[in-house]
This record gives sequence, structure tokens and C-alpha cells, in this order.
Amino acid sequence: MKYEPTENEEIKLNMTSMIDIVFQLLVFFIMTFKVVVQEGDYNVRMPLAAITDEESMDDDPPELIRVVLKAGDSGAISSIEVDDEVEVKTLVAENIGDLFGQLNDYIDAKVSGGNDPEEGVDTEVEFDIDSSLKYRYTVSAIEAVSGKQLGDNRVKKLIENIKLKDNSGQ
Amino acid sequence: MKFKNKKDTEILEGDLTPMIDMTFQLIAFFMLLINFSEVDKAEEIVLPKSVLATPPTERPDYQVILNVDPDGSVVFAGNPYEIATMAPVLTQEVNNARRSRESVAPGDIAVIIRAHQDTPTGKVQELIAKCQEQEMENFKFRVKDEAYK
Repeated sequence: MKYEPTENEEIKLNMTSMIDIVFQLLVFFIMTFKVVVQEGDYNVRMPLAAITDEESMDDDPPELIRVVLKAGDSGAISSIEVDDEVEVKTLVAENIGDLFGQLNDYIDAKVSGGNDPEEGVDTEVEFDIDSSLKYRYTVSAIEAVSGKQLGDNRVKKLIENIKLKDNSGQ
Repeated sequence: MKFKNKKDTEILEGDLTPMIDMTFQLIAFFMLLINFSEVDKAEEIVLPKSVLATPPTERPDYQVILNVDPDGSVVFAGNPYEIATMAPVLTQEVNNARRSRESVAPGDIAVIIRAHQDTPTGKVQELIAKCQEQEMENFKFRVKDEAYK
């Protein structure tokens, strides 16, 4: 049978169902949308103590700086003690930011005395942290030993070998 | 004056084409930005801020994301645990890593610790000790990267 369209006939698609689905999809994606906050990591390699002892017998152990973070009553940091196996120095400041600034300057002076950024790579920092210290201060201390911000948005790397003394039994 | 319809059968239709175009563009935008990797993250964790942290460039062969809330409870894969009861879960993860395509050794599993900024550090250390019992040694302390303000 031959199909003959009449002259005025218009072919119309029913868009309603498609628009319904499209709006449902749109609502789903809008509701599940989350602004992603940029995150970063501090790498800490911490093998079990027994393994570390075996390894350290083979090679010369890296220079070790012990950093003791002491907590105040509210879990805030109260003082920092640094021990480079020669002398023990206590850092105290009125302002918490200044305290970490002092730690940063101390590590910078220790590691890059000759202004060679690579010089500090073999130095290791062991943190001995009061178990009640709030985690944010631990992170600030790790930040202070791992790098120094230079004025022109550059970062000078200080120490990458970081470990935490096991105080979980405290 | 009396108003008369010119035609009884006339239907008013708006042009829907631009609206549909825009809607499809919006859907494409949200589809591209949707991030399913967020499921491992616990909403209530406020990470400490830091400037010098290294942004993760590539996904490790095998990773375990442990969220630690201010009380020291751990949220793993959406389920809450006490640190003392984590051992079976971590053993399971170590076995899964060994059986994975890359057969990852426990020492190479990236243990990503997302601790709340007010969590006592002792709790984080307890968790690390639990992981070390399973021979895990590669830890990453995740922080909010303030360099990207």
C-alpha cells in the first residue's frame, strides 16, 4: 500500500517523557555533587622496630634528630624539645605559630648548613609525641621539619625521613 | 469589545530546544565532575591544614583509607570500628592485597590515615601500631592542602 502524506501533516515528537528523564538526571547529579577539597599527604615509613634494628646494623645509621612534642592541658602544644644527640634544646614561645617557626629554623640550620638543599636527605627525624597532643599540632610539626617556605612561593625540602616513636602504650 | 478566538484548535507551544540544550550541558558538566572515590571518606572528619603536603599524584597499587574521628574511633569503608577491634579487618585487607592482580606485599600497602584535627595523636599511634602488627609500614598522613586556596 502506498503511503501518501497529506500536504499539511506535521510529524511531532512527544518530548515530554525525555524532558522528564533529563530533569531527573539533572536533579540526581546536582544533589550528589560535592566540591572536592584538595588534599595532600605526608609520607611516613615506619617498619616494625625489630626490622629497623636489623637494618641499622648493616649500614651507617643516618643522623637522627629527636623531636619531643609536649602537650598542655587542653591537648595544645606547650613546648618542643630537640635532641641532635649532641645537645638537647627546648623551644618555647608565647605563640604556637612561633614555636613551629623556631622548629623549622632549627631543622633548616641543622640540615642545610652549607646551603645545599640535598644535604639533609640522610637525616632522620624521630618524633616522640605526647599521646594527648591534638593531631593538628603533630601535622604542623611534621610540616615544620619537612620543608621551609621561601618568599617567592618556592619550598625548600628539609627532611623526608620521618618516623614516630611508638607511644601507643602511654 | 468582545474577544473572539481566531481558531478553536490553536495550541501555543514554546520552543524547548534551548532549554534542552542547556539541560544536557548541565548534565554533562555534573557527570564529568562526579567523584565516586569520595565513598571512602567520612564526612565528619575535619583534616588538619597544611601547606607543604604532597598532593597525591598517582593511586597506589593498593590502599587502605582509615578515618579516625576525634574520639579515636576508626571509620573504614563506611563502617565504624574501635582500634582494638581492627585486627581482623586489617588481616582481611592484607589478604586482599596479596590476592590482588599486582599481589601487593603488606609493606607496600599505602595506609592513608585521615585523622580529625582534634584527635589525640596517641590514638593515631595506636592505629599505626595495629597496622604494624600486620606488617604494614607505608603510612600517609592525609591533610587539607592549603596551598590550593
